[in-house]
Amino acid sequence: MSKAIESSGICKTFGDRQALKDIIFDVNEGEIFGFIGPDGAGKTTLFRIISTLMLPDRGSMTILGLDSTKGYRKLRENIGYMPGSFSLYLDLSVEENLNFYASVFGTTVEENYELIRDIYSHIEPFRKRLAGRLSGGMKQKLALSCALIHKPRLLVLDEPTTGVDTVSRTEFWEMLRKLKQHDITIVISTPYVDEAMNCDRVALIQDGKLMSVDKPQNIRDGFSRKLFSARAGDKYRLLLALRNYPATLSVFPFGDSIHVTFSEETPGRELSEHLLRAGIADAVISETKAGIEDRFLELMEKNE
Amino acid sequence: MRTIIFLIKKEFLQIFRDKFIGKAIFGIPIVQMLILVPAITFEIKSARLCIIDNDMTAESRGLISKLEGSPFFSIVQATSSGKEANDLLYGNKTDLVLHIPQEFGRDLGLGKSAKVMASVNAINAMTAQLSWAYLSGVIRDYNIDIIVSANPAAAAMMASPSITYRYWYNEMLNYKHYMLPGILVILVMAIGFILAGLNMVREKEIGTIEQINVTPVKKYQFVTAKMVPFLVIGLIDLAIGLGIGKLLFDIPFEGSLFLLFLCSAFFLVAALGMALFLSTMSGTQQQFMFMAFFFMIIFILMSGIFTPLESMPVWAQKIDLLNPVAYLMRIYRMIMLKGSAYADIERDIFALVAIAVVFTALAINRYRKTA
Repeated sequence: MSKAIESSGICKTFGDRQALKDIIFDVNEGEIFGFIGPDGAGKTTLFRIISTLMLPDRGSMTILGLDSTKGYRKLRENIGYMPGSFSLYLDLSVEENLNFYASVFGTTVEENYELIRDIYSHIEPFRKRLAGRLSGGMKQKLALSCALIHKPRLLVLDEPTTGVDTVSRTEFWEMLRKLKQHDITIVISTPYVDEAMNCDRVALIQDGKLMSVDKPQNIRDGFSRKLFSARAGDKYRLLLALRNYPATLSVFPFGDSIHVTFSEETPGRELSEHLLRAGIADAVISETKAGIEDRFLELMEKNE
Repeated sequence: MRTIIFLIKKEFLQIFRDKFIGKAIFGIPIVQMLILVPAITFEIKSARLCIIDNDMTAESRGLISKLEGSPFFSIVQATSSGKEANDLLYGNKTDLVLHIPQEFGRDLGLGKSAKVMASVNAINAMTAQLSWAYLSGVIRDYNIDIIVSANPAAAAMMASPSITYRYWYNEMLNYKHYMLPGILVILVMAIGFILAGLNMVREKEIGTIEQINVTPVKKYQFVTAKMVPFLVIGLIDLAIGLGIGKLLFDIPFEGSLFLLFLCSAFFLVAALGMALFLSTMSGTQQQFMFMAFFFMIIFILMSGIFTPLESMPVWAQKIDLLNPVAYLMRIYRMIMLKGSAYADIERDIFALVAIAVVFTALAINRYRKTA
């Protein structure tokens, strides 16, 4: 399988802060590759380097077979970039924005309409509306349409789902999966770990370092301990009590339950006595299957 | 080329989409012309005069009536107290004090030279100089009257040689004719210097420049597309300004209209180049406005609109070699009032073209698509 991106030893420093440390990864052609990490992990910096907007201090990147620093002219014709913040012209209408981006790439909306139809059809009824007056979800669809209008071979999406409601997020991933049929490689970043399962492969990134690059299932299965899910009426009190328990290794609130690991094989009587002493009588603790979030949190702890 | 046209179309669309800017770019020149041209003048219509007459003779009264007869002076008060007169000067109740001493009439009678003393409020040096010149003119006239009445034969001697004046290129010394070309320059300057730069910085602020930077649009294409709309608007504003000047202020226009517009186009490219160069160095519209304001003030005040360039210190004249406004100011006045042709203003045109080329190149070069 040929590679869409090959990155070797990318480093970038701002002042005395090292934003990216020796980033090595590769992206296969036609896959959806996700970068997952908290805010400030270096995702945007990396994406700006991929989009030829920034030069790395060290290391090199080959994108679509071209060197990113030397072949940037040719590359720009084949990359569709959607920055983290909405950056289309707010004072131009939906239609005007789309036409404008088509024309600067030397193409027309009609020519590549097929590619964006599924996405653009949602906002087409509002094509006369100014981009500044669109709702968040519609803005996102317009931005994606504009990034796709020149039929790029690589789509770079920097946190496209941040600040978007759950329904729109699901819809958005749906659209990306459809784009795969058009042989477009997609690189996407997100701070939401639960979105990782939508990617073919993900890279976990923290403090400018890649922690793990693999299929999401493999990352999830890399969870090394037995994981328990704990519930009680008073969730906060339960959290504190679990934290105080000597054999506890990690405790994280997870939705309406609490995910916890212990150093002992199976927690027994001692734990229930400990919880009773803490005034929790209704605790239910059962073994559960680790999600990718659990693995990510585990990796983060190790990293620290 | 097609890309540039698309980019330019987008700029025009955005300029006129903004309802305020769309109207203001044509409204402001009209308002500016209507207010500034009649308002700015160096002419002094009248000065207030206080006279201390300690002499009280026929001679002193003769001088006073001569001053009363002048339309320029309005006599605030005649007094015999020097203190009272000084109080008036302190209190800004009078612009000049003329002191006629006791011996004035006697000395004149004896055929000796008589002395008067004038005190002038020089808070505003320009007003002071002018009113002093008027006052001494009246006194000189009075002097001649006395000599002639005492010795008619001397009149012939006094009369020659007499000097007559003729003011070339602006015969009536009409300040409107002097100021109007200058105000036209400021008008064209404001369009060229402020709007394009702000426009560029706004793209940075909103982040749209990121999206443009990942496209194959070339640097020179983007910068050109930022310049052309404001070049066109600047020239349209100039036409409006000239129209108002002709219709309302009857401004003379001796030279070639084509030459005037050609020079203005060169100037606009120079101003736009400078502004876009500044914009590459500012991250926010606020930073840009602050810098642009600073440069505009310097350019305008050192352009020769109010004060002749020749009276500036040599080092300042050297700085002015980089001031596009100074060149255009000279060109406008030469073309409009004197009817100068290309050959007369060749050097100024070359200078403008040089500034335009250098700063546009700098703007294109400094505008980075990759950080």
